[in-house]
Amino acid sequence: MRDKSIGNLVLDTVNYILLALIAAAMLFPFLYVFSVSFSSYKDFLQSDILLVPKTWVMDAYRFILSSPAFPRSLLVTVYVTILGTVVNLFFTSTFAYVLSRPVIGQRVMLFLVLFTMLFSAGMIPTYLVVKETGLLNTIWALILPVAIAPFNLIVMRQFFMGIPSEMNEAARIDGATELQTFWKIILPLSKPALAAFGLFYAVGHWNNYFSAILYLNDPAKWTVQVILRQIVIVNEPTSTLAGGAALMENAPPAETIQMAAILLSILPIILVYPFLQKHFAKGVMLGSVKG
Amino acid sequence: MAADLYPSSPAPSAASQTRFQKLRKRLHKDRALLLLALPGILYFLIYKYLPMFGLVIAFNDYSPFQGFFGSEWVGLGQFRKIFSDTEVLRVIWNTLFISFLQIVFAFPIPIVLALMLNAVRNQLYKRIIQTVVYLPHFLSWVVVIGICVLFLKSEGLINEILKSIGLPAIPFLTDPAYFKPLIVGQVIWKETGWGTIIFLAALAGVNPNLYEAAVMDGANRWRQTWHITLPSIRSTIIILLILRLGSVLDSGFEQIWLMLNPFNKDTGNVLDTFVYFKGIEQSDYSFATAVGLFKGVVGLILVMGANYLAKRFGEEGVY
Repeated sequence: MRDKSIGNLVLDTVNYILLALIAAAMLFPFLYVFSVSFSSYKDFLQSDILLVPKTWVMDAYRFILSSPAFPRSLLVTVYVTILGTVVNLFFTSTFAYVLSRPVIGQRVMLFLVLFTMLFSAGMIPTYLVVKETGLLNTIWALILPVAIAPFNLIVMRQFFMGIPSEMNEAARIDGATELQTFWKIILPLSKPALAAFGLFYAVGHWNNYFSAILYLNDPAKWTVQVILRQIVIVNEPTSTLAGGAALMENAPPAETIQMAAILLSILPIILVYPFLQKHFAKGVMLGSVKG
Repeated sequence: MAADLYPSSPAPSAASQTRFQKLRKRLHKDRALLLLALPGILYFLIYKYLPMFGLVIAFNDYSPFQGFFGSEWVGLGQFRKIFSDTEVLRVIWNTLFISFLQIVFAFPIPIVLALMLNAVRNQLYKRIIQTVVYLPHFLSWVVVIGICVLFLKSEGLINEILKSIGLPAIPFLTDPAYFKPLIVGQVIWKETGWGTIIFLAALAGVNPNLYEAAVMDGANRWRQTWHITLPSIRSTIIILLILRLGSVLDSGFEQIWLMLNPFNKDTGNVLDTFVYFKGIEQSDYSFATAVGLFKGVVGLILVMGANYLAKRFGEEGVY
């Protein structure tokens, strides 16, 4: 039905070119960071814009991965991400399931959940509660205070409500308790949804910077994002990586270390991105449906 | 410590005896579900509602040694301090100004990008572009600002290019004049692609017959966009704009905190970062809590007002 006049052809071409330029603006920083991280310092200094390394050098990566601080922060972050995501999924799925059932006090509980999306006590009272519950300077401070994202809870509740109630009926007639129904029927049915929520929670943990800065002051527990800020934004690559130990000798130039550190920290995100992409459009749409 | 937060069962009186018994029966029947909900309920009570009781310190002069209720009561004293403190007024101004810039510059761009994507007929090309532009949303602020710093510092890529063509270097990171544009620019880079999703969904719902009719009437692509596409996503735009107005006091805490340095603190400090510096770094818990509470209450009023407005516009509202 669309007419193919010259005007439309020009419009289409301009549109395609503009979109390609926008995409390039998103990709260029990654390409540049990638190629500098693998380049020798000489090549880096000599060329203005480096998009492909002239000679491939792994010094920066070797230096970062053999330092005491960075691998330790990777381990801490992997630990927090896995443990935190398990806690997120357990807390969110159990509560979301109960809220999807005709349970006593459902309206009150829903109101209390929704209210926290509109008003929160703020940083200081939350900080004091974390302190009083003894979580300060433990990695649980990065996990328990964010155990449930109210938005995810509501979306997951919507999802559970979409499961036909005949499932519950059938299970009850077969003599299953509510807990058995949840564990043996509802959860297995929800595997794809759990995977999607798990991915989003995991990315949140991996990228979280502020909780670590707020609640942890022991450098041994610093997460990747904290280390990364010290290396790149504060511009102290070698002393941060040495982590209090004597400065390592033969450090590669700061720029290549900084670029390599950025790439290492986004590698897990890039790896899960295809799976994320499969889910997120659906997730955003689910969330926009009124509860 | 969470146990005493539980709503205790209502005391039985003669009149409510049957209601009480009914309640007990209901509780007994739902005990498995309530057990399942226990972790979630405890989470909300301890980490969302307990801090709300902690707000009491906004009304006293809290010292950790005297405790939440033992500290000297000062009533609204902390709040009076908010409006006589020129630093706070400056911080409120910064917050509103940055939000204003975000709404004027960062809000419309996803709409334009969504329209551009919607006009692409080659599905593969569209998918590739979408894959690329969604990616920055999943990067942390540390990474985004880290890349920004590497590009813009005095010996970074941009300044090296400027110098090589004989122009003077620009002190992007230390000159306060660049702070707010950089903040907005980073948000545009990171969130534009992600922001298109909701508009693309709205665009997918437009009835194709409308376009056919328009072509029959001789409307070109611009006129189709103006008279069909934009009116069909108008309600989505209005809802999102109103919601955005409801959160003008949130101006991206982590991002701004990471971008602040001694040179730009005057133009860059916003309410959230102010609360952090006062409360956590200077341990002025009561004043910081009062500023936070002020922000929370105004934010609540704004969101409720925005929702009311949305309904007045004939939209469904969000809450």
